[in-house]
Parts: sequence; structure tokens; C-alpha cells
Amino acid sequence: MPSSETFYQAEPYTLHEAEIVERLQESPTIFTLRLRFTDPGIRSAYRFAPGQFNMVYLYGVGEIPISIVSDPEDPFLLDHTIRTVGRVTRGMDRLQAGDRLGVRGPYGRGWPLDKAGGRDVILVTGGLGCAPLVSVINYIIRRREQYGRFVLMQGVKHSDELLWRGKYERWSRMPDTQVMLAADVAGSNWPWLVGRVTALLEQVSIDPMNCIVMMCGPEIMMRTAIENLLQRGVPEEVIWLSMERNMQCGTGHCGHCQLAGKFVCRDGPVFCYQDVKAFLGKKGF
Amino acid sequence: MAQMAAAGFSFLQRGRFQQLFDVLQEAGYRCVGPRVTDGAILYDTVTKVEDLPQAVRDRQAPGHYRLESSKSELYFAWANGPQALKPLVFKPRETLWQCQAQPSRGLQFETVPPEAPATAVIGVRACDLAALRLQDRHFIHGPVVDPAYLARRRNLFLVAVNCTHPADTCFCRSTGDGPQVTNGFDLLLSEIDAGFVIEARTDQGVDVLGRLPTEGATAKQLEAARQPIARGAQAQTRRFPTRNLRDTLLSNLDHPRWQQVAERCLSCGNCTAVCPTCFCHSEGDEPTLDGSRSEHYRQWGSCFTRTHSYIHGLVIRGDTRLRYRQWLTHKLGTWHEQYGRSGCVGCGRCISWCPVGIDLTEEIAAICASAADA
Amino acid sequence: MEHRPGMTGQETNTAAAEAVSKPRIAVHKFASCDGCQLAFLNLGEDLLALMEMVDVVHFAEAGPVDPDAEVDFAFIEGSISTPADIERVKRIRERSRYVIAVGACATAGGLQALRNMADAGQWMRAVYAEPGNIKSLDTSTPVAQHIKVDLELWGCPVNGRQVLAAVRALLSGVAPAEEHDKVCLECKRRQSVCVMVAKGMPCMGPMTRTGCGALCPSFGRDCYGCYGPAENSNTDSLTRRFEGLGLLPDAVARRFLSINNGAPAFNDAGRKLRE
Repeated sequence: MPSSETFYQAEPYTLHEAEIVERLQESPTIFTLRLRFTDPGIRSAYRFAPGQFNMVYLYGVGEIPISIVSDPEDPFLLDHTIRTVGRVTRGMDRLQAGDRLGVRGPYGRGWPLDKAGGRDVILVTGGLGCAPLVSVINYIIRRREQYGRFVLMQGVKHSDELLWRGKYERWSRMPDTQVMLAADVAGSNWPWLVGRVTALLEQVSIDPMNCIVMMCGPEIMMRTAIENLLQRGVPEEVIWLSMERNMQCGTGHCGHCQLAGKFVCRDGPVFCYQDVKAFLGKKGF
Repeated sequence: MAQMAAAGFSFLQRGRFQQLFDVLQEAGYRCVGPRVTDGAILYDTVTKVEDLPQAVRDRQAPGHYRLESSKSELYFAWANGPQALKPLVFKPRETLWQCQAQPSRGLQFETVPPEAPATAVIGVRACDLAALRLQDRHFIHGPVVDPAYLARRRNLFLVAVNCTHPADTCFCRSTGDGPQVTNGFDLLLSEIDAGFVIEARTDQGVDVLGRLPTEGATAKQLEAARQPIARGAQAQTRRFPTRNLRDTLLSNLDHPRWQQVAERCLSCGNCTAVCPTCFCHSEGDEPTLDGSRSEHYRQWGSCFTRTHSYIHGLVIRGDTRLRYRQWLTHKLGTWHEQYGRSGCVGCGRCISWCPVGIDLTEEIAAICASAADA
Repeated sequence: MEHRPGMTGQETNTAAAEAVSKPRIAVHKFASCDGCQLAFLNLGEDLLALMEMVDVVHFAEAGPVDPDAEVDFAFIEGSISTPADIERVKRIRERSRYVIAVGACATAGGLQALRNMADAGQWMRAVYAEPGNIKSLDTSTPVAQHIKVDLELWGCPVNGRQVLAAVRALLSGVAPAEEHDKVCLECKRRQSVCVMVAKGMPCMGPMTRTGCGALCPSFGRDCYGCYGPAENSNTDSLTRRFEGLGLLPDAVARRFLSINNGAPAFNDAGRKLRE
């Protein structure tokens, strides 16, 4: 994705108007806004890499960083899946198709898909951590033959919180693709594991020398999963994770997102485990 | 001092110092220089030598700053006040862009062109030039260039002045950033009783110097300029044990000293505001009451605030221990990874302007001392 | 389709819908000096714009009186200091979609909360010839102690900028941005000289909530804490510093036990000094 890095650099503070084409209520507190740039020139120039994020602006209220969930092959429609938590997301929750937002981006470094070729790809996600990896799933499914086994693990606190159940069922029918789901607490109609997503790791065979792991979710979950992987001989350099910190500028200037010497917005949000391991789970970083 | 023994030094008599102001103003610069304001030396617009702080000197100590009168004729016989060059390039608050809500429910975005008047700063010290280089690295030499900072930085003309009167809180000798100015200026002045030894470093500097009624500096004048700088350096007592504290700090994250300093620290952010290299800022929006237009601004922030480390529903650094530790481990530690050197230039402002007088060199000494014991 | 001033620009309504959906606002007064209501009345042109955008159904100081009207946004000035206040504030809550407590009295009990630490009956007997005619509570307390409050605007008095930001955010259907940083940050952004460091004045800035624009230090005087405690306030350290500046413990206590004496952080610090 060569153009994505240069798209915003000349004019870092230029926002572009985007229209909400569709609004999807994913769960009581999670919704997806499907956006399209209103300027056809921007629409055709814009590219993103899986794992990158946009700064999305609610008029008169503020900007927030949101990872791009949709298919990088279709940059005309940009899906952003959002949990209603703060003042900006609460405001966005009320928007409907036809409303406008401001968008600048894409920012950050995405997933190391160039390093995944020929390898088994294992995704470990928790909660809304699945969102930054959906674009990876789409990317790999389009090029399924270029990768080895494909294992998708997703955990939620309560089974009702699982997003995209239909998508997971569809993905599970793809060749050589294993979908494994877990819920800490399960309601009825939950045929999958009741327990932590990390327990799913125990159930899957891993070829440590020929895999790549990508994970996103609560840091405690990622740390537990990494411990398991390391014990099984998975090298640190094939474990990748997407980090989350307060990002206000997206350009590495405002300083809020620092994780020790890294600016998460610029040097991440996707990091190799090796590069962040010293501070992962360290209180205050 | 090898370079000062070389040829190319001019001398401007004290009585002709006004000409520097005149030449700069004729060249279209707004002159900014030190002025006594509200009991401190601040950088503000100056038009004439009388605006400068003559016969004034400062007394600084942890949490303490006072001006006193002196008998000196010198204009620059004082150490820095609370400000650095930072407010001139990285403004305390500015609008980045604005958005108009269209009747068609569309949004129209406009970037706001930065105000960047040609500005000549008279009296810049070595520590502040070092800090400016660090801010340059942060705002304009990274992958993304900040347009507002760049516009103002390009329009700066820097008249540096060698520091001869460091405060008790200064430690630029320890960080390697002063008191002698070595680079990063257009013109460099060294003040002696009779006037100023001047050196030009850039084309613009040479141009301005050429318009001043100078004569060649004598060896005696050069020596008279050199001595007080050396004396000033010798007078500094505060220091860091080493310039790169990254490993020491990061391996002492649980040191009890962090808690002890947190019991004194007000987490008010004054240290970060006066620090000439601190760059953290927060962004916000200010819509008009009728909702037809909204401005997006940025303003100086601080790692000492709660909002600095907020991520939806979670505050990563909720208490003062973690906030102070973040500031120091970044400034003196992880800064090396980001910018190839420490983020401290030894100006001592965070010591003088801390309301409760916390001295980072003392904190570092305590952490390093028992780290060495372990 | 007309653009509808007052809403976010995201929403398009017909002119008829606009008339129906103009938000209704009430401004109520309890035990207070009316200074915060002036923050509305002193808005100048913005006040005219505001009147176009909302229906002010109750605002005794400005004219309209209908205290029991149902409203979208109820602004409450003043503290709760009589039994009747308690009943009235509950009625307001029942009739208001969104309740905003405005000013030090409504958010912390105000200066009059000093009586919470004293024998209120004794004060009353000292002041009034017929104290028996006065039906007053022994305490002056913030609104949030009696009803659910959706938003608090701190300050004595609050200023127009705060009021406008709050109204604008509420009309857009979002919460206003929080302001709980310290006055010092704003003071330094204004490039004011620190009065504590340069003049030895016992400035409350390092533990007072921002919002005033660091007004007092910009005039060379020390902050007296009228915006109440900021988050993470280290009152012990500031106490030691004030004592180092020469203040006796009771003088330090008075710094804390002033306009916002009822705010827990200040109240605890002040009481500790008097123990």
C-alpha cells in the first residue's frame, strides 16, 4: 500500500468530508458506520493497509482514532466499528445514513502481511479487538492460497457480545480455516467454548517455526496468550499485536500515545512483540 | 574557544547597540527580547535598547525566582526566566482548522493558516538553542511535518547571547548544552563592558552584521568575552551522573523514590509548561453557539494531567507517582530512542518554577545512588 | 431544506418540526448571590442568539416565571439550605430531562457551607432577633447531594464561556468536554508569571480546577480556589508549601475553607489543619 503513507503527510491537518452510507447496530453498545468520501478525487486517491486507523471527526465535538474494519481492496467504502464509551462516540452513536463526518488518515503501521506469506496465520482477538483484524481476514481470504492454515480465535465476556456471528460462520467454511470462539459467560445457543480465549490456544496445534500470530484485545489477554505461545516455542518475532493508547493527533506530535519510546499512532498501532515486550503490562506505560 | 581566537569576530560598541534593533526592524523583523514584566524576565516585543533589562539580576532556587537590582551596565547579566523559545514556535494555543456546517448538512473543512510573522529574537541562550533543535526534530524532522511550527520556525532570526550569569538552578554544563553557544544561531553576541563581540553564522546573519557599524574585535576583547562564560560554567553545581539515564531509569521503575517525590509533587504541570523541549499538547473543539462553525484547536498539555493517558474508560497514569515517573523516564530516558539524546538541556526552569521546588537532579541522584548500591 | 442553527448541522428538520422541538430551558435559583445567573445575562449578542435557539420558560431574574414547567435542560444555581429547597429541587428533577448544577453553591454548597462546620443555631441566634421564624437546615449542601445531577459547572461565579460551551454541547446532544486540569496549565498558556514562585504568594492554582482562564494570576494576584478542587489535588504538599511561605496553620486552613469549603478535597485539608 505505497500511497497510504504519503496521503496525509503534506497536509496533516486536512480533513475530508465523508458521508455515512449505512449504519449497522452490531450490539447494544457497538455500531458500525460505513463511510464514503464525498469528494470523488479523495475517494480514488485514498488507500489503506489492514491495521491502519483514521481520525474520525464528529462535527463540533471532537476527533477519535478508529481502526478501519473494511476490505482494503474496496477503499471506496470505509467501515468503522465503534463502541459507545465517551462523549464523541456517544454523539456518533446518534448519527444516521446521510449524516456527514470528517475523516483524516490513514495513520499508523498496519499488520505485517508481507511477513505472513506461506505461513500459518493465527489471529487471537478479544472483545472489540476483532475489529482491527477483520481487514486482515478479508485480505487473506482473497489470497487464501498464499498462506498456510488460517486460525481465527475470538473471545468475548458474554456470548451476547459476539459480533459478526454470521461472518465467523461463513469464514469457518473457507478452506483450511478454523474458527474458534470463546465466551467467559455463555447464554443458550453457544456451541463454542465457555472460558477464556486463551484457553482456545490450548486446543489448537501450532507449528512454531511456520506461523505468524496477530492479536488485538485487552492487554491482559494478549499477555496470557503470548506466554502460552512462547512456552510452545513460537519465536517472539512472529508475534504481532495492535496496541491502544490515547491518540489525538495521529502524527506522532501530541505525545499522548507514548508507550515508553514509541509513539503508538506513528510507530504502531501494530507492533512486533519484541519491540514492546519490556513495557507490556507494566503499570503506568 | 578555538573558534573565538579565529578571525571573523566583530565588535559593536555598547553605545551603538540600538543599531541592531534598527537594522532588524528595517529588515522587516519584529524584535522579541527580554523585558522585565511582572517580576520576571519575559520575552516580549522590544523596539529599543531601553526595553532590555539593564542593571537587573535574578536569584533562582528550587521554587524561587526573584529579580534584584544591580549596579551592572550589562543588558544580559541574568539567567533565563520562565519562557524559552517554545511559545514563539509551538504556541500555547492555536487553531489548526475549522469546519463550517453547510445548509445541505455537508461539512466544509478549512485549515487555518498559521500566524508566522518574521521575528528576530535577541538574547537566546545556548540551552534554548539546544531545546529548539529538539523541538525541530519533533515537529519538522519526523515523518510528518507540522505546518504551523515550520512556518514560524522558518521566520525566526536568532540573535544568541553567550550566558555569563547562570542561575543556581542551571546545569547546562552537565547536559553539554551551554553556557557557550556553538551553533544554531544567525548572530552570536558576547557582552563585555565596552560592548558586544559578534559572530555571524548564516547568510542572513552576515547580511545583518554587514549593516552594523562594527569594527574588528581585538584579542583582548575576545578574552574579555571568554572569561565570564568559563566562570559561569564553573559556577554550576547541579549535574546528572551521566547523559544517558535510559537504562538506569527503566530498571528502577519500582524505586521507592518515585513515591517519595509523588508526596511532594502537585501534578500541576508547571515543569512541563516551562520545559523548553516538552511538546505534549491536547486537541479540542470550540463550536460557535449557533452551531454553524467549529474551530479545532490545540493547546499545551501535560503528562501530569489525567486526560493525558485516558483511553476510553481507563486512565493509564491515575496517580502522581506514575505521572512524575512518566515525565522523567521520558525526558531523560526514552527520549534517547526517539531523538538520539536526552530531552533535558539543563536550563533548570523546572526546578525554579516548580511551586514546591522539586529538583530533578536531586531525584535522579537519589535513584542512581541506590541503583548503584543494588 | 433550511439549515437549522442551533443543531449540529447533522440534522435537517422542517420549519414546523423546528418550532416544536426547540429545547425548553429553565434557570432556577436556590441559596446563592445570583452571580452565576449573570453569566447568562452577560452573554451579550450570544444571549440573543441563545434566545432564538431555545425557549426559556423559567428564569425569574430575566423575566419568565414558570418554576414547575417541564423542561429539557434545568440549570440550578445555589445550594440547598432549607427544607423547602429539598422539596423544590426534587420537583425540578422530576420535570427536567437534564439537570445542570451551576456554580460553587450548587456544586459544593457555597461559602454558606461554612455553617456545616459550626453550630448553625448559634449563628442564627446571633444574627436574627426572632430566629424562631427562620426555617433553615443546619447545613448548606450541593444539589447533587439531593438529586441526580447530570452535569456540574464549577466556579464562583461560572463564566459565559463555560455556559456557552455547556449549552452548545447539550444542544448537540453530547456531554461538554470535562475541565479538571489545574489552573497552572492555563496560567502558563497565558504566559503569566507564577505569583507563588516570583512573589511568594500562597496561590491555590496548583490544586484548583481550570475554567476561569487563570484570571487572578494574570492580574498578579494569587488564585483563591473559586473553581474548586482539580483532580488529583495534593493538598498536603501545598499546605507544607504555604507554611513555608510563612502562613500559620489557621491561615492555610482559610485558603481551603473558603468559597469551596464544602468540596471534599478542600474540606478535608482545611479540617486537618484545624484539628
